[in-house]
Amino acid sequence: MLDFSISKEQKMIKNEIAKLVKDLVVDNAHEMDETGEIQPETLQSIWEMGVSTAGVPEEFGGMGPGGSPVDTALILEELACGDMAVAVAATLPSLFIQPLLQFGTPEQQKKYLPMYCGEKYKPCTLAVNEPHFRFDAVDLKTTATRNNGGYVLNGEKCFVPLARKAEHIMVAASLEGKSQLFIVESGNPGMHIGEREKNLGLYSLESSEVKLTDCQVADDDRLGEENGCDYDRILQRTRIGLCAMATGVCRASFEFVRKYAKERVQFGEPIAHRQSVAFMIAEMAYEVDAIRLLTWKAASRLAAGLDAGRESYLAKLYAGEKAMKICDYGVQVLGGHGYVRDYPVERYYRNSRGISILEAMAIV
Amino acid sequence: MIDLNMPEKVETMQNNMKNLARSMFRPISRKYDEAEHEYPKELDFFRNLPIMNKPKKKDPAKTAAPKKPAGEDGGAKLGANLGLIFSTEALCWGDAALLLSLPNAGLGNAALLAVGTDEQIERFGKKWIAMAITEPQSGSDSGSISTTAVLEGDEWVLNGEKIFVTCAERSDAVVVWATVDKAAGKAGVKSFLVEKGTPGFKLEKLEHKLGIRASDTGTFLLNNCRIPKNNILGSAEVKQGTEGFKGVMKTFDNTRPLVAAMANGIASAAIDFLKEQLEKTGAKLDYKKNVHNLDSVEKAYYRMEAELEAMRLLTWRAAWMADNQLSNNLEASMSKAKAGRMATLITQEVCDICGPVGYSRKYLAEKWMRDSKIMDIFEGTGQIQHLIVARNVLKLNSSELR
Repeated sequence: MLDFSISKEQKMIKNEIAKLVKDLVVDNAHEMDETGEIQPETLQSIWEMGVSTAGVPEEFGGMGPGGSPVDTALILEELACGDMAVAVAATLPSLFIQPLLQFGTPEQQKKYLPMYCGEKYKPCTLAVNEPHFRFDAVDLKTTATRNNGGYVLNGEKCFVPLARKAEHIMVAASLEGKSQLFIVESGNPGMHIGEREKNLGLYSLESSEVKLTDCQVADDDRLGEENGCDYDRILQRTRIGLCAMATGVCRASFEFVRKYAKERVQFGEPIAHRQSVAFMIAEMAYEVDAIRLLTWKAASRLAAGLDAGRESYLAKLYAGEKAMKICDYGVQVLGGHGYVRDYPVERYYRNSRGISILEAMAIV
Repeated sequence: MIDLNMPEKVETMQNNMKNLARSMFRPISRKYDEAEHEYPKELDFFRNLPIMNKPKKKDPAKTAAPKKPAGEDGGAKLGANLGLIFSTEALCWGDAALLLSLPNAGLGNAALLAVGTDEQIERFGKKWIAMAITEPQSGSDSGSISTTAVLEGDEWVLNGEKIFVTCAERSDAVVVWATVDKAAGKAGVKSFLVEKGTPGFKLEKLEHKLGIRASDTGTFLLNNCRIPKNNILGSAEVKQGTEGFKGVMKTFDNTRPLVAAMANGIASAAIDFLKEQLEKTGAKLDYKKNVHNLDSVEKAYYRMEAELEAMRLLTWRAAWMADNQLSNNLEASMSKAKAGRMATLITQEVCDICGPVGYSRKYLAEKWMRDSKIMDIFEGTGQIQHLIVARNVLKLNSSELR
């Protein structure tokens, strides 16, 4: 049944996360962005909410059943409304945990889930993006070939969050023309993790390039072993994750500007009293809602066990384009003040560029 | 609980409506675009279909207890507004101008059902009723209308000029907006049922338009036009403040999402047309590849489809809120601001991409480009919608944000 209302339970989760974000993230986001560091306590506090282990059986340290993709989208929006880098870092383990949960063999789940679903936040990560022109997540240049009863990986990855800290990295590679995921341990001599990257946005999120040179993994290091995984389905979930974060970043820009435009006085009255400014803010308002609704629709498909290929694709396309537009408006309304780093709108602007470019930075 | 999956039943209903539009509207779409002002007699088929039903008599026992707003465990329902949104989109996929020409389904009929007395519904319920609001000097500023209504004994005497009246010629009666007290401003604006054939009530001319040509739009002159006292819709009392006028404007909260749904219908027709052209050339739309690795036409197709999804969701939300007794003034305007503008841009782009096939009157794409433009104009222009949205989100009144 078509329903646009947030349930009591959903409202509760949303409010709890919003409170945490207000207490720990909002006022610190600027400093985190400048120093490039997220306080470990922040990540631990969010971890303790159990947002990354929803659906993981209790025997493996998870929260047990529950947590629909729609719920996760609500959580990611709230986190990213505080800061997108925090949203990525705090929920990063779920990029490793969720594919394992959906496609891992019982042995793989037993081996890795307890390792990463404990009481402490412990980084593990997913490597999908590749550092070249015309990168396409469904047409990977990184390859996997069968060798010695296992697989050999070759290729380059980039924007791998917390790659230097993670003990395991799930690497996307093309195996006989089909994209698959492989778990690589940090000490593997065939895997070289580069220096910390410097990018346009997400300054406080540490990320690195990962080079794979004849990197040998065992046959049971392939997610799902011989059956493999449905990589497209995972991409659907990560696209929706990015869209949920886009909603959050855009909402932050919109809410900041809405307040600012009423306080900033020029020519004797608040700039919000001018249609040229007010109409930009009106557009921001309905585009934030549009991104959110497209996100919810795609997540609703997953929640009902339906394929979300079309919906997640269109949602990401839309979110990528409109996030840029909304956050551009955000800077523009502040004028010169929007351009200096004292105000958060320039950070939203930089971060929003990642929505269309990046893949697999969060998962619902 | 949030669930934006379209129920199967609704999908089936919408497909049925689309099939109806395919068989009843599309074959005569071009004919009545060319034969402007001619009544599409094929639409008589709809004359006796229950398009606008008399609302069911309210059960006092049920209305006594206000329904719980959605989201507070009261559950949500698929109501009349949303149902109408789905069928409107499907029929406008067929032809928006023909939908506007459906007999006995004018805007005046909606007004009658919304505020008419039982006696008025008895007298006018079977008639086709148009709506006359706009005047030569009063467009978006509908509080400034100058048509007057003066009570003389048992009759109202109306004087003035009304333009842009939809179904001007075909209708049997017109709901005319007039002021009973110019000094009272908006509060003095009332609406009156005027029957065709009333002395002093004259259809002056029919407009020649850019699009929706099958819909006859006309001008009426009211020259000492006398109507019975009980033809006023709602109360004759001029209340202090603008509450009464706000009540009138509130009907827009229901009609604006409907216009958005019409826009969505035309946009989806254009997008489907482009898809057909694309598939003829062997393009396979699989919703997978990075759009930058596709050709520009495929990329444009996906972008427009994503826009259409956004237009639809904003529209559905506004109607869903109305069905669940939630105030949707903001969301109704959002849906129309978005859908009205985007339908215009989408139909322009489809024509452009289709090239000669888009420009030729052999095909309907060019017609949709002309038809869709009105969606960003009537029931409040896109600019008025932005003004409403901006005032809402910025919490500014009409003197602060003008």
